[in-house]
Amino acid sequence: MEIPYTVQARPDTGLYNAKLGIWLFLASEVMLFGGLFSAYVLLRVGAEPGMWPHGWLNVTLGTVNTLLLALSAITTLLAWAACKVRDFTKFKIFHACTILLALTFLGIKSYEYHDKLIHYEIKLNNGTFADGHLVEKSADFDLAKKTGTVTLHGHIVTDEKELMDLRSPEAQAAKHEEVIVAATDIKSMGNYGPRHNTFTAIYFTLTGLHALHILGGTLVIFYFWAFGGAMWKTDPERFTNRIEVSGLFWHFVDLVWIFLFPVLYLT
Amino acid sequence: MSESEKPVSLQSTLRLCAVVFFVILCATSGMIATSFAHIGEGWTLKVALILCIAVVNAFFVAGYLMHLLSEKKLIFTVLIFTVFFFAGLMGLTMWAMNDFPTGTAVH
Repeated sequence: MEIPYTVQARPDTGLYNAKLGIWLFLASEVMLFGGLFSAYVLLRVGAEPGMWPHGWLNVTLGTVNTLLLALSAITTLLAWAACKVRDFTKFKIFHACTILLALTFLGIKSYEYHDKLIHYEIKLNNGTFADGHLVEKSADFDLAKKTGTVTLHGHIVTDEKELMDLRSPEAQAAKHEEVIVAATDIKSMGNYGPRHNTFTAIYFTLTGLHALHILGGTLVIFYFWAFGGAMWKTDPERFTNRIEVSGLFWHFVDLVWIFLFPVLYLT
Repeated sequence: MSESEKPVSLQSTLRLCAVVFFVILCATSGMIATSFAHIGEGWTLKVALILCIAVVNAFFVAGYLMHLLSEKKLIFTVLIFTVFFFAGLMGLTMWAMNDFPTGTAVH
């Protein structure tokens, strides 16, 4: 049975079915991310004064990722244009660029996650806080049994609020060095993972969901890149429409990042 | 006629892409500069300015890369509903921000 309106526009909508379908899907995606953005607003406005983090994320890496996604959106559009002018070789080149740019984006994101997961805040028994990146845990380190030591590359602060604004002159002037903490001195210890505070929770949720979209989009684009040749030979117009639909999804993912970057990295 | 039905050439698409990428580059630089600039007390004005630039950035991506400026009426109808519900979602969140039920702890 032939599926109707995969190439020709329906007379009542003026669109081929997949295009209307992807726009309806994107509308539902807006509400999905919208719910999480509203959660972000709620958490941020509800935070106690001075307790919402600033400068915790690497702006340089965020900027590079913004430009990578913008470039990938452009190569996606060029891949669709190459299909339109019936140049399959150029389509392959542009979509290969999109896949490489997407994988680079995910690589940088993974590095950022790793950086947060090896960053520890240790509350000490004397009321101060040791904060920094994990260098090593001694072989006999066991927090429950209070044995061994943990070494961080960071500094010690007297008030947790000093760790919140890393753009403040005090935080910029802080000297980072190796800090060795004995397990017997530790009251509690945790990394900057999603459990650390509401900022890291919403950061990992928003960027994790976005990264899953990038991964899904990359798989679809890879499928068209690797196995699209068969349909290209039999029905190039339908294949071009598929590329347009996957491109619309990819642009949407870029749009989400355009708001995620300033909200999480810059404000 | 939607963009996908118009005759397409790689050269004209490339020119369009160059313009949009330049806008994204400028907008991203503008957001970063605003973020590090000393503008007023607190973060409210900065956040507002940065989000305004992000909206301009998004307009170029949606309008030109997604061809929204030349799309069919039906897609705009879908998007009008989306904008309505999105505005409701954010608006109701802000409206209920300090609306704690009686007897619950307020920090």
